Amino acid sequence: MTQSNPPAPASVPAAATESRSAAHGPTRKLTRAEQRAVDAKNRLSSPAASIIAIVIAIVWTIPTAGLLVTSFRPAADIRRTGWWTVFTNPEFSLANYEAVLTGSGDLVQPFVNTIVITLPSVIIPIILALLAAYAFAWIDFKGRDLLFVAVFALQIVPIQVTLIPLLTQYVQFGLVGTYWTVWLSHTIFGLPLAIFLLHNFMREIPASLIEAARVDGAGHVRVFFQVLMPLLVPAIASFGIFQFLWVWNDLLVGLTFASSDYRPITVMIAEMVGSRGQAWHVLSAGAFVAMIVPLIVFLSLQRFFVRGMLAGGVKG
Amino acid sequence: MDWLMQPDTTIEKFLVMLFAIALFALVMAAVLVLVDRPSLPRWVAAGGYLGPALLLIVMGLLIPAFMTIRNSLYNNSLSEFVGLENYVTIFTQDLFLTVLRNTFLWVLLVPLLSTALGLVYAVLVDRTRFEKFAKTLIFLPMAISMVGASIIWKFVYEYKAKGVPQTGLLNQILVWMGLEPQQFLLNAPINTFYLIIVMVWIQTGFAMTVLSAAIKAIPDETIEAANVDGATGMRLFWQITVPSVRSAIIVVLTTIAMATLKAFDIVRTMTGGQFDTSIVANEFYTQTFGRQAQGIGAALAVLLFVLVMPLIVYNVRQMRISEGER
Repeated sequence: MTQSNPPAPASVPAAATESRSAAHGPTRKLTRAEQRAVDAKNRLSSPAASIIAIVIAIVWTIPTAGLLVTSFRPAADIRRTGWWTVFTNPEFSLANYEAVLTGSGDLVQPFVNTIVITLPSVIIPIILALLAAYAFAWIDFKGRDLLFVAVFALQIVPIQVTLIPLLTQYVQFGLVGTYWTVWLSHTIFGLPLAIFLLHNFMREIPASLIEAARVDGAGHVRVFFQVLMPLLVPAIASFGIFQFLWVWNDLLVGLTFASSDYRPITVMIAEMVGSRGQAWHVLSAGAFVAMIVPLIVFLSLQRFFVRGMLAGGVKG
Repeated sequence: MDWLMQPDTTIEKFLVMLFAIALFALVMAAVLVLVDRPSLPRWVAAGGYLGPALLLIVMGLLIPAFMTIRNSLYNNSLSEFVGLENYVTIFTQDLFLTVLRNTFLWVLLVPLLSTALGLVYAVLVDRTRFEKFAKTLIFLPMAISMVGASIIWKFVYEYKAKGVPQTGLLNQILVWMGLEPQQFLLNAPINTFYLIIVMVWIQTGFAMTVLSAAIKAIPDETIEAANVDGATGMRLFWQITVPSVRSAIIVVLTTIAMATLKAFDIVRTMTGGQFDTSIVANEFYTQTFGRQAQGIGAALAVLLFVLVMPLIVYNVRQMRISEGER
């Protein structure tokens, strides 16, 4: 996925649930059964509608399920028969995972690389953006609004536009091919969206809180760490999960900047598709090794992800 | 200090990582301590907080963008100024015209299909008992990489000659229906549509989530009033739901269009841009790094920039309007 997308409609969703219950205000709350009856009438509740929904859900799930099943089948079976034959002829093995984790299609080092690339690439832009957003939100200086709009506008620069000049600079700095270039690049590409998102969240904190702390003699550092940080945890989680998924799943940056010893798992797998396109036993297992961490993070932090997305942070 | 640049073992890699984070924390702490004295003028504090981020943005985004625009006016080894020649090449040569046609199809079809499917699905599962689970199913593709998605779908499209048992689901379905198996990814121009499906599969979850939130924000009074007027089911959908979430639909369309323009992972992983499937984002990579054609590559990147720009402007304006309505 390349670069950040600009804001989705921040206005719509936040108030959604509240307004729904508030609308019932003074009148008696409907019982659950009554509510369901009202809802049913307003849904496209024909059998055809339900069938469409179920078909969409199945079409969306089957491809992944097929590859998952495949990753647990013996290599010879994968070549000879379709994965759906496991229902009549169930035979499973962990050999494919063994192969990618120990044997020929070694993905262990690429996996390590992905972890080593991802952590700083998430932590550093968050901290830089928090500080910048703090300045934009709570330090009054000349030209602040103009500067903020400029940073916001820079979200539109597609990564592709910056790659070659960046690469040239890295060569000059003697950094080329190292983790450092990858960290730096991910940080740069994540910053405009991070600043924008965190600034939006930071503006929602009541000014009285900050002023009270300042009256007590707190400097910027104390205001920042004691007053703001605890309130910003959900916002940080929202952006953090974006940046995490974006960096973990990135292909373009890793492909361009990391030398072969340090390339992330996505680059490695994409390469395997090209060189060993028929080796489905390693491809399927490798794909799931690469997917498992983002899936876990995503499923456990889904509500932060949705919240960030609705607040305008969409990593396309 | 060699291991800092070129760590060999897993342990060394993690050490370098920790070192980088610690170094960063130290530098930032030093900056904060330096600017935190109340006696200093305010701009010093602003500079300390903003400086590092702004420096990176200027060095990493702004200056490179201008350099690329400049490079697009030079020949492929960047040694000679050629004016707009690279752009002329892009808009006249057959290879690039195919790329432009494919890009157009992607930018047209991915947003339309994803948004339509996402909207329909959001309405269908809205306030049903299994809403949360049903949404998660559609949403999951957003969590995985486009490389992973490409592998998943490449396997669906897998082709085996007629007579041999098929291992790709889609060809097996064709065979079950008594049809010939197809080389889905090889036959142009239809192969572009099969690649587009993968992006639709990924983006529908985004469309569904945003539109679902918009649907839930429609006031109950509106729906009750429509019910009194006798609008239910399909009429409610077309006359109340769709107009109410109109601005959200437009934002979703433009957002997906931008994501589609910039994404090269699917094309690169599934076909490598061969068989007439390349798009601008992929061709940029192929030209720049595969063919060492720096001038053309830069021009393609600038073209991408130019294509994204009106979408962003429209998107932001739409956002302002929808905020004004609130």
